Amino acid sequence: MGQCRHGVGMAFLRLLAIRLLTTAITLAGVAVIVFVVIRVVPGNPIAMMLPPGATEADIARLSALYGLDQPLVTQFGIWLGGVMQGDFGTSITSRQPVLDLVLGRLPATLELSIMALVMAVILGGAAALTGTRFRGGRREGAIDVANGMALSVPDFLWGLVLILLFGVLWPVFHISGRVSPALDLPFTTNFYLFESLIRLRFDLWADLVAHMFMPALALAIPLAAIIGQLLKQSLKETMNLDYVTLARTKGYGETRVILREALRNAILPTLTLVGVQFTFLIGGTVIIERLFSYEGLGNMAIDAVINRDLPLIQGIVILFAVIFTAVNLIVDLLYAVLNPRLRHA
Amino acid sequence: MSFLSIRNLSVRLKGGPPLLRRVSLDVAVGQVRGLVGESGAGKSMIGKAVLGILPPSVEITGGQIVLDGTDLLTLPPKERRRRIGATCALIPQDPLTALNPSHRIGPQITDRLVDILGWTRADANTRARALLEEVQIPNPDRVLRSYPHELSGGMRQRILIASAFAAEPKLIVADEPTTALDVTVQKQILRLIAGMQARHGTALLFVTHDLGVVSKVCQHLSVLYAGMVVEDSAVTDFFAAPRHPYSAALLAATPKYTDPAAGLHPVPDAVIDAVRAEVAAFDAGGR
Ligand SMILES: Nc1ncnc2c1ncn2[C@@H]1O[C@H](COP(=O)(O)OP(=O)(O)O)[C@@H](O)[C@H]1O
Ligand SMILES: [Mg+2]
Repeated sequence: MGQCRHGVGMAFLRLLAIRLLTTAITLAGVAVIVFVVIRVVPGNPIAMMLPPGATEADIARLSALYGLDQPLVTQFGIWLGGVMQGDFGTSITSRQPVLDLVLGRLPATLELSIMALVMAVILGGAAALTGTRFRGGRREGAIDVANGMALSVPDFLWGLVLILLFGVLWPVFHISGRVSPALDLPFTTNFYLFESLIRLRFDLWADLVAHMFMPALALAIPLAAIIGQLLKQSLKETMNLDYVTLARTKGYGETRVILREALRNAILPTLTLVGVQFTFLIGGTVIIERLFSYEGLGNMAIDAVINRDLPLIQGIVILFAVIFTAVNLIVDLLYAVLNPRLRHA
Repeated sequence: MSFLSIRNLSVRLKGGPPLLRRVSLDVAVGQVRGLVGESGAGKSMIGKAVLGILPPSVEITGGQIVLDGTDLLTLPPKERRRRIGATCALIPQDPLTALNPSHRIGPQITDRLVDILGWTRADANTRARALLEEVQIPNPDRVLRSYPHELSGGMRQRILIASAFAAEPKLIVADEPTTALDVTVQKQILRLIAGMQARHGTALLFVTHDLGVVSKVCQHLSVLYAGMVVEDSAVTDFFAAPRHPYSAALLAATPKYTDPAAGLHPVPDAVIDAVRAEVAAFDAGGR
């Protein structure tokens, strides 16, 4: 046993080391690509900053100030040197440090994405469990149809549908913003939703949820459908396995057999795909945040692109890349935790 | 007195051909009945019908499964499940697939005791430990904490046997419990099941295609062909003089330990044709 536990630790450390290395390489690659692409596409950020009627000399002066007159490689070197010291540069439009801007918006997007993920897991899980419980019957058919519909419409169109339903026809949720502007916010972090719970300010929490509900649901619907389909498929396969049959002979009813015997094993194949899909969901926040005027990273990204705010775009893209790799790492670790075979391998 | 009494049980593929044709057999309290027949004859189907685990693609079209005086098929599903769980158990065919890979061994032995029969967890754990000792598993405490993949096939089958005996069932269905095992392990497992059955006085429905095994552990024997019982005899009578030509041929096809050189006699075509004709006549006669 002792030897076994030693093995677990080593395997875990090796997994972690490999993952950190590949993460570093991935991020470096992303940095290079973004850096090159946003400088190659036409449009001069400096020209956009200056009022109409500015001279070529004005532009050149300001370009030099931001280092934009240097060769690409030099620019990259300067930028990378700064990043190594935690300096992602200064936003051209707002003249504030990119890191502060980006980290200030990150909590809003994280809360939105996680809320969407929770909704997707609840909706998709319920669909999969119900479909498995009543497999072969009408209820499973209805669930398949609903899944198909959810999948055939992209998240931003669901956003529009939700705005029509719950913003216009039956206005129960807020259609724009993150929180009602009139409210007094006592928060010290930007994790409003989380902090409102900690501070037991359920009034604020309710207001935040009323703002987040529709964008989160719009993001959640396609993922819920994927989870529902995949988990149901894998649950149904698991239900035919010998150990499930053996459990039935012990006196367990259908529902308990599904939850006790099948679910844990059926989750594994779903988990990896949900990880990938969750990164797509986070990508989806860019448009959804715009649609719902939600003050998160995605909304900031669109503004940054419109204004050609190169340092800010770079910072946001790198942060998204960090989030994506972190999600993948978490999924891998979760997989190892849930699968006893890997834990002891 | 019979603990299990199957009467005229008919099962068919939904909207398809019959799989069991008016099967009748009894398992007396504390006795062992062998159930033999070629692959696909319906042996497992009988065991599944008794334990209430028939696949959804088949349906029971008639007959009774009387367990301890009550016809299971007349009970509401929940009550049927509870009764089966409390008085019957299964020793499955393949120990590699019959344990849940994500649960530890301990709970897989104690789950029925705690969840269905209402034992305290402590009592159930004590019982599980004693059972593992009884099935001669070394270091039982460690094994109770292990996951299935850490154990060999033989070990897992011992665990499944222990689990089957956990609630002192009145009837155990053993579905070819040694076929999936290493030849060297087969004999040990067989001896273990026979010993446990005798000690606990459990009635046993023993599915096998090995008549040699039947002669060692069973008192009674049913021979199945195409879902039809063609012979139902006491084992001593059967080996002295099988009643049905098909089972006689089956016996002749079995290698004899006493005289391995005697050669095998595959079931002759004429016998197969005759028993097929019997099945056809049965189907024509309506069930
Ligand atoms: N899940 C199933 N669905 C439909 N038919 C099945 C299923 N399982 C077994 N059968 C059929 O039922 C018959 C009896 O099978 P089985 O009881 O497993 O045979 P045995 O155990 O004697 O080898 C076979 O013809 C087989 O093809
Ligand atoms: Mg079988």
